[in-house]
Amino acid sequence: MTENLKIPKQAARQYPKPPEGSWTEHYPELDTEPVSYENSISPEFFELEREAVFKRAWLNVGRVEQLKRKGSYFTKDIPGLKTSLIVVRGKDDKVRAFHNVCRHRGNKLVWTDYPAEEVSGTCRQFACKYHGWTYDLEGTLTFILQEGEFFGIDKSKYGLVQVHCDVWKGFIFVNFAAEPEQSLHDFLGPMITAIDYPFEKLTQRYYYRGDINSNWKIFHDAFQEFYHPPILHGHQNPVMRQTDYQDLGFYTSYFQAEGPHRVGSTSGGAGGKLVPEFYNPIEQVMRSGLFGPWDPSEIVTDQLPPGLNPGNKKNWGLDSFQIFPNFAIVFWETGWYLTYHYWPVTHNRLLFEANAYFTPPRNVRERLAQQLGIATIKEYALEDCGTLEATQMGLESRVVTQFPLGDQEFMCRHANKVINTWVADYQQKQAKG
Amino acid sequence: MANLLPAEFSDLEPFVADWCLDSEPERYAKRLSSTMGEIQAFYDAIMPRAEDAMVYLDRFPLDALPEDAVRLLKLLYSLILMSFAVEVWKQPYIPDTGTAQFELKIEPFP
Repeated sequence: MTENLKIPKQAARQYPKPPEGSWTEHYPELDTEPVSYENSISPEFFELEREAVFKRAWLNVGRVEQLKRKGSYFTKDIPGLKTSLIVVRGKDDKVRAFHNVCRHRGNKLVWTDYPAEEVSGTCRQFACKYHGWTYDLEGTLTFILQEGEFFGIDKSKYGLVQVHCDVWKGFIFVNFAAEPEQSLHDFLGPMITAIDYPFEKLTQRYYYRGDINSNWKIFHDAFQEFYHPPILHGHQNPVMRQTDYQDLGFYTSYFQAEGPHRVGSTSGGAGGKLVPEFYNPIEQVMRSGLFGPWDPSEIVTDQLPPGLNPGNKKNWGLDSFQIFPNFAIVFWETGWYLTYHYWPVTHNRLLFEANAYFTPPRNVRERLAQQLGIATIKEYALEDCGTLEATQMGLESRVVTQFPLGDQEFMCRHANKVINTWVADYQQKQAKG
Repeated sequence: MANLLPAEFSDLEPFVADWCLDSEPERYAKRLSSTMGEIQAFYDAIMPRAEDAMVYLDRFPLDALPEDAVRLLKLLYSLILMSFAVEVWKQPYIPDTGTAQFELKIEPFP
């Protein structure tokens, strides 16, 4: 490596801020005071959060491409709610979600070999492994073994327990409320529903998951600020390895919050446009890396899809949309996208899922560029995983209780505020009865 | 018996038994259970041939790769994962990752 390389100037570039002087102060509902993370270390808060957030918000559980034809289904475990769902495409092509529980004696209805593992497939009906009670694709109970032995049983009253389910742009959402307070469309709001991306063309899917000893919000926070990467991930890159800390600051070009959701946009780094020393040898051979394949996919045109780059910034590289509460979509300039899901398990454990979606590769070279991109995700994500377990430990000591957040951590502050607001709102409604 | 690898790459056949692996978790486990000497030897053998291998493999439709070509491709998948040990970390482990695990559960084939 060349000695004394400097980080390219555009990476450390500052961007104009709103007239109030900061992204944080642009939003009157936010203050600039240090924040508390008691909401991430308290088992009692987690109990409230399950009710106030995870049983009231719309939650993404997958995409319609996972349900290719009538009778296609997958199960989706929601560990924080101690429940499992069956998500299925019915004979009428409608996507429905049911609790994965037999109405007879409570057995988990759909699973194979390991009761705690998710499964998928295609079928005509769901039959319980225990006593053979059978349900059709619309959740209706159709068969009871030795029905005459039961006492005046009415099959129409023993269908699978349905969960509200709706689809936006191929993303399947569920809502555990008896009656959702908002439709999915209203919940997502104008900033999210403005996105008109050709998701259906990006069918090449890579799926990661990890079980991590940290609160889901503490973990999520590392994926909604770009303040940490030059430090925590600074060794991944030949230039960064040689640069002094004071040269490293990275600035997000645009932030926006709307309702409970938010987005951050940054400049790009894909395409091998930086000096060659910025890339590891494998990246130069396979033309890919952290920002994904360098060569644009077939969906990339002169015109960005509607809803992307909402700040209309030059040098746009990516948008990281945070969809409340635990779902994120990251759009990259070379025409692929990532989703993240942060599923709480307990107050200090989460299930972390990352899905990368590309257009189907047309040749081996494109396939390898995808493989290097997704391999790089793991190298970075594992650094986050290790560190955020350490953060959880530090917080749980309760030695420090107030934490200053900078303007680059705008999205973390907004997320923390929204969670507390949803829980307070729930408590108020409970108090009123 | 058919050759393990396409003829132009027959010199890499000694690596097939250990380094042609079917999934990311297997490749990552191989990285963690190998010495840097083993990883470096694999990297030094494959990396200079990677460009030639891609040129060779691109002669075939992705969904109709012959068996020997699939093995060559799997060596490249392993190269990708081993490259981080060689080029970035100078050790098999990612530093400071403790017991954290994060595995690729769905990976298209080929």
